[in-house]
Amino acid sequence: MSKWYRENAPITADQLGDELMRLKRGSVTRRHFLGVTGLGLATAVLARQPGLFNSTAFAGDLGTQMSIATWPNYHDPATFEAFQAATGVAVEVNVFGSNEEMLAKLQAGGTGWDLFVPTNYTISTYVKLGLIDELDLSKLPNYDASTETARFTNEGVVDGKTYAVPKNWGTTGIALNSGKIKTPVTSWKDFFEIAMTEADGRAMVHDYQLTTIGNALVSLGYSFNSIKPDELAKAEELLIKVKPHLYAINSDYQPSMRATDAWMTMCWTNDGAQLNRDMPEIQFVLGKDGGEIWSDFYAIPKSAANKAAGYALLNYLMAPENAMKEHIANGAPTTDSRVMKLLPADVTGNKIVYPDEASLTPLEFGAAVTLTDPGRAELMARFKSA
Amino acid sequence: MTAATNTKRNLVTAALVAPAAAWLMIFLVLPFIAMLVFAFGERAPEGGYQAAFTFAQFANLPTRAAAFWNTLVLAPVGALACLLIAYPVAYYLAVKANPRYRLILVSLVVVPFWTSLLVRTYAWMYILGSRGIPNLLSMIGIEDVRMLNTPGAVLLGIVYGYLPLMIMPIYVSLEKLDRRLLEASADLGAKPVSTFFGVTLPLSLPGVMTGVALVTILLLGEYLIPQLLGGGKVFFIGNALVDLFLQSRNWPFGSAIAVTLVAVVVVILMVAMRIAFRVAGTRQVDLV
Repeated sequence: MSKWYRENAPITADQLGDELMRLKRGSVTRRHFLGVTGLGLATAVLARQPGLFNSTAFAGDLGTQMSIATWPNYHDPATFEAFQAATGVAVEVNVFGSNEEMLAKLQAGGTGWDLFVPTNYTISTYVKLGLIDELDLSKLPNYDASTETARFTNEGVVDGKTYAVPKNWGTTGIALNSGKIKTPVTSWKDFFEIAMTEADGRAMVHDYQLTTIGNALVSLGYSFNSIKPDELAKAEELLIKVKPHLYAINSDYQPSMRATDAWMTMCWTNDGAQLNRDMPEIQFVLGKDGGEIWSDFYAIPKSAANKAAGYALLNYLMAPENAMKEHIANGAPTTDSRVMKLLPADVTGNKIVYPDEASLTPLEFGAAVTLTDPGRAELMARFKSA
Repeated sequence: MTAATNTKRNLVTAALVAPAAAWLMIFLVLPFIAMLVFAFGERAPEGGYQAAFTFAQFANLPTRAAAFWNTLVLAPVGALACLLIAYPVAYYLAVKANPRYRLILVSLVVVPFWTSLLVRTYAWMYILGSRGIPNLLSMIGIEDVRMLNTPGAVLLGIVYGYLPLMIMPIYVSLEKLDRRLLEASADLGAKPVSTFFGVTLPLSLPGVMTGVALVTILLLGEYLIPQLLGGGKVFFIGNALVDLFLQSRNWPFGSAIAVTLVAVVVVILMVAMRIAFRVAGTRQVDLV
């Protein structure tokens, strides 16, 4: 029997059994297993058949469970139900209030996340610390870099390698209940003033150094990203003066705003759109003195236990028709022109979600240095414990 | 008794103690040593820990003075508030309640523990939030009352959450109270009030001290209730620790605070126990 013949012979049942056991013991890789058994080729062929598998990523063994770390009120629960129905993988959702919290968990290890949602300015640090993997774009056929808006997506690429793909962009503005607060609020300067007067005991700031310190800096006329000690000292002074008047320091402000326990809060676009949709008296305004513009990304932690499922969910979320449903539900603006085309006019015409370009001009993207700057971290901790 | 049986006994004792000792060693002593080492280290540039030997973390402790103060005030105040409510309840259960229903009544005290404290505290968030009691108050014309995210709400949550831990030890010490002593006191002409203060209360003090120590110590590490009912504004040491480890990633400073807190707890415990021994006039303090 020639070598040529053996290599192309169909595998016998015994050999298949042996190879399967070797795979289970972990002595061979899945790639080797799929190769020698011909199953890889078979699934690749099957995957082309419409209706069998929606993506090549589903061809592997996805397990029954995976975990995602993300932000409050950030996904349509129906998305994860549909994903489970399609793949059999249940998605456990962990909600966080700040990028620092996500970073702290990943640094400590053992998160069990297979996918997470970091914000633009954190990605270079995750790469530097070796906490995330370069994405294997061949497993994400639904992602198309050419249809993305570079302004929002460039920070996912570090040294020419794609480590994260965009979820959506957004802004950090002010949500206020116009039924309770009559004075117009148009800037962060107004925000902190009203928080101590008309909205005394009813205003919320994020439990998040970037936005809480950043917006305090902006209200004083400084850069959102400042790490200058004298400017930070001024911001601290303001925050500590405001603190006794605040309702809460919490990044999950929707429940309090909906219950009208809180009347005004620092607010992300998507939450602003959701609140305004259900309670029209809650308005969302951008600070004319500045504030944050951001984009959130999907990335896969190096420590992910079920990377196959992480890729599968990511690819699922990148499909324009799935992304469209997510965007309609969560109210964040898309970075993907394919999704933009699918969105209904009442979403694309919503000024909270897609504000005029001019109102975005004073806004700043978060800077990587704010994530690791000890001065900002300690300021936030002092403000909270004051 | 021969030396052989002695050795055998010692071996048996060692074998019985070994699992607990190993457990304490692995999950208490070793982590504590790690914490001590961290406390003298430095925060790494991106957060976490890097080796060093410095007292800087301890020098920085005053920046958390407010959190220490809140903890050291609210913990004993909370324990005292628990005591004031728990004592009459325990007294009723142990002395007054019909013995036929006593078991049911005591169970009712414990039943809330079957539900997670997190869920019960969330329930309080709704009761104290605008849609709860303030909503009822607005119906009778009292508008815009704010209850949630105040120190009062935190105190309420603390008393609610820790009450059973105070009731049980007091109940136990009252339950085994010798009734003949009360009868003797009455026979000798004491009024019920002086019997209570002269006989019942002193005899139940070990239970009271146990309850107070138990609740105070647990409160010193409390994190959840101030976070949920205080809106992140009423800050305990527990909250400061969560912040340092999970936000600013300053492990050395977090360790220094944790070490300090342990030291404070040990001192409080020693003082409390000493008072308990003295008051009870005995070395036999019941830890339930």
